[in-house]
Amino acid sequence: MSYITKPVARHPKMPVNALGLTPRDYEGSMSTLCAGCGHDSVTAALIQALFELDVEPRRLAKLSGIGCSSKTPTYFAHDAHGFNSVHGRMPSIAAGANAANKDLLYVGISGDGDSLSIGLGQFCHVIRRNVNMLYVLENNGVYGLTKGQFSASADVGSTSKGGVANRQGPIDSVKLALSLGATFVARSFSGDKAQLVPILKAGMAHTGFAFVDVISPCVTFNDHKGSTKSYAHTREHMHEVIETDFVPLRAEIKTDYAEGSAKAVTMHDGSVVKLRKVDESYDASNRRWVIDFLAEVAAGGEIATGLLYLEESGEDMHGFANTVDAPLVSLPYGTLCPGSAALTELQKEWR
Amino acid sequence: MDQPSASRVNDFALKIATVNGTGSASANGLLLQALFRMGIPVSGKNVFPSNIQGLPTWYEVRVNKDGYTARSPHFHLIVAMNPESYARDIDEVVSGGWVVYDSSKGLDEEFRRDDVTFIGVPLASMCVEHFQGARTRILMKNITYVGALVALLDIDMDVVRGMLEEKFSYKRHLMDANYQAIDLGYNYIKEHYEHPLPIRLEAMNENGDAVMITGNAAAALGCVYAGATVGAWYPITPSTSLMDAFTEYCKRFRVDPETGKNNFMVIQAEDELAAAGMVIGAAWMGARSFTPTSGPGMSLMTEFIGLAYYAEVPSVFFDVQRTGPSTGMPTRTQQGDLMLCAYASHGDTKHILLFPSDPKECFEFAVKAFDLAEHFQTPTFVLLDLDIGMNDWLIPKLKWDDAYVPDRGKVLTAEELEELQKFYRYQDVDGDYIAARTLPGVHPKGAYLTRGSGHDKYGRYTEDSEAYVEVMDRLLKKVESAADHVPAPQVLREDAPASYGIVSLGGCHWAVLEARDDLAARGIQVDYMRVRGFPFNQTVGDFLAEHDRVFVVEQNRDEQLRKLLVNETDCVKEKLVSITYYGGQPLSKGHVLEGLAPHLEKTLMAVGP
Repeated sequence: MSYITKPVARHPKMPVNALGLTPRDYEGSMSTLCAGCGHDSVTAALIQALFELDVEPRRLAKLSGIGCSSKTPTYFAHDAHGFNSVHGRMPSIAAGANAANKDLLYVGISGDGDSLSIGLGQFCHVIRRNVNMLYVLENNGVYGLTKGQFSASADVGSTSKGGVANRQGPIDSVKLALSLGATFVARSFSGDKAQLVPILKAGMAHTGFAFVDVISPCVTFNDHKGSTKSYAHTREHMHEVIETDFVPLRAEIKTDYAEGSAKAVTMHDGSVVKLRKVDESYDASNRRWVIDFLAEVAAGGEIATGLLYLEESGEDMHGFANTVDAPLVSLPYGTLCPGSAALTELQKEWR
Repeated sequence: MDQPSASRVNDFALKIATVNGTGSASANGLLLQALFRMGIPVSGKNVFPSNIQGLPTWYEVRVNKDGYTARSPHFHLIVAMNPESYARDIDEVVSGGWVVYDSSKGLDEEFRRDDVTFIGVPLASMCVEHFQGARTRILMKNITYVGALVALLDIDMDVVRGMLEEKFSYKRHLMDANYQAIDLGYNYIKEHYEHPLPIRLEAMNENGDAVMITGNAAAALGCVYAGATVGAWYPITPSTSLMDAFTEYCKRFRVDPETGKNNFMVIQAEDELAAAGMVIGAAWMGARSFTPTSGPGMSLMTEFIGLAYYAEVPSVFFDVQRTGPSTGMPTRTQQGDLMLCAYASHGDTKHILLFPSDPKECFEFAVKAFDLAEHFQTPTFVLLDLDIGMNDWLIPKLKWDDAYVPDRGKVLTAEELEELQKFYRYQDVDGDYIAARTLPGVHPKGAYLTRGSGHDKYGRYTEDSEAYVEVMDRLLKKVESAADHVPAPQVLREDAPASYGIVSLGGCHWAVLEARDDLAARGIQVDYMRVRGFPFNQTVGDFLAEHDRVFVVEQNRDEQLRKLLVNETDCVKEKLVSITYYGGQPLSKGHVLEGLAPHLEKTLMAVGP
């Protein structure tokens, strides 16, 4: 993770968002990942999503654990605070941070090693806690930084670069998230920016834990024939089962959808997520149905992508804890300290 | 040896042996509180199993007119309620003492001792006769032995009745049952035994401004007063009651009266790793946040502690220490985490530690811990132990200064950032080793990436030797500079110079004080220093230098305080003599005197009779 400052160059025709910022303003340091790494495409999608959503960089908090994926916060939104924490423990940092300051937009970036092995426990519990954040899992089936060991998401039969086939069953993050009650579950592909950007935007607008698993091939260790997380394999086997369109609050809804094939979900902040079914029977609001559907697709060796499940209840960790509307960090000390008179009164009970 | 048959007014110890899960805790609490309200210095030690129901449990009460409240293992009276532990319990009474037992089923001859007096009270039979329902009978049996003690020890009945009235004013039927049970025990003694015993009570006026509270509750209240808003934890004995108390006080003091919503959040984490992460995450955002735990939890937290140390995130950890490595003895006390906390986590680290000796200091040091953590931007540890944390202590009434302003340390405001050319996170601009920090959400100029990976003083990733060393050297100086900010050691000495000194810490204090007075009465002068914080300030080194021999009294096997002193002061290690006790009970003066004896005998012989 060497530190290379990106030169600032502004193209006169570069688009400007409502804050007067260009996509450039959402960039970070130069990526030091391998050329062609899927993660860099995810970074580009994140930059576009933040730009299009007019997110004030000051209001953004980026978090990660450890690994190739977890370097990502360095590569976007240089004007936002970030926390590159310890391996597998980003969810707890995010939960604590969100507990203290609910007003920021939290974007966590993790990987399959970070979330599904060393951090599996924290990953499960951040879902149960319904921490209001976008959680992106850059999933490549392999440990990149330590040079090519299988990760817990590697499919049975998928081979390593050296030709060894994986024998242990995978942990499917999407299946896991659904079973734990996640309120926003998506799977996408780093090579499909058109699909990924609206999903990321919807995830940022979602109140509660928005989980996006992005198949993000490792060009160095897992992009060969025999790998089920390669560019070629993913392109060949992915099926977009539902198309996502994100309509921010202020925009006019223009797109026409065929009768019966589209469903609009109004997010807590007033923006709208339009889901267009590719498969007529798909029901993204029925958790059990989605779980069954995905099992069927997976059994056929195929990869279902899209915003697979969405439930916009508006209640998150703060709802469970019944905290005040203002962020806890904004409360003046005077409202937090009961003072000497209260102490005297309390101690009468200690006699 | 003690002579209990001689009158010992307001100076004795008793022990109540029961089965856990039978409701004896509230009866014992009632007893302790009654003695407290009679104005007599008193202490209670709960010796309980790591279990919910059915195992032996004990409650020890010591009354002492001179105010010595350390544990005394010399029991003048035993209330033997648990046949399973009769042999052991009866064996513990001092010669000439008394055993109160449930005579409903008699007592086997094998338990009889000629040198103690047995007082049989048919507790079970009386309760069966007077109360309905198994549960009520079991509960009331406890209150009945309290009634017997009221007569035997001459406890003020009006005080006891007053307490029952306060406790059950809204539950009339319970109050009546409790009154009846007290009377049953009381009247039985009246009718069958000489009373009061030579060990008895007389009302005093020593507790005028005192209160009774546990260290965990006091520490929790300190967190409330310090303005902590986020608490994260994983339940673990003996620290659990700290977060329970924090939640309780927050419900009382931190609910917004208009909306009914909470000005705090308590998160029960999935484990101690996550609890530490939550504390650090909240602190990153600028909240005062903390976690209570015990040794096994500290072990799990060490990974995150290293991150907080290196990335300089203020965070407060309460370690309510228990006994042993691994699971050890969760319901016994120890000071076994000194080394772990002082240098927690891999690589080079050193941390700020505070050592309270009673609930009063738990309250004060909790507040101090947040100030130190934020001032020095580093993890700060308050080391309690089970005895301080979970037992009721008699302490001077807590005071609060309404002029207190939290020390938030160097935190740049939006205005200050606006005026800065460029912000660098780890740059020490004024030579005090502390770099200003910024909080997320305040100003884009303050943005930086908090990281546990190698970084230079600008906050950028680095693998460069010099840049790494520069930051690490500043961190060491920063934490060492906290030595003058942690609570200063408490030093007790006479006008004449003494060649011997004792150094101790935490809950050992009370036994050491008593032992020192004992020695003084025998003409042996020993100076005493109680360290209250780490890194050690200059006073600590000076005290060691001023004495020929220093006895280090602590509750762990490995002489951890002594090692810290050897490590962190200029004192030669030969000068420091260890007196350790690590069996899991609170320290008593006997431990100290026995440890000192071989050394002091030599001294006395050397100077002549």
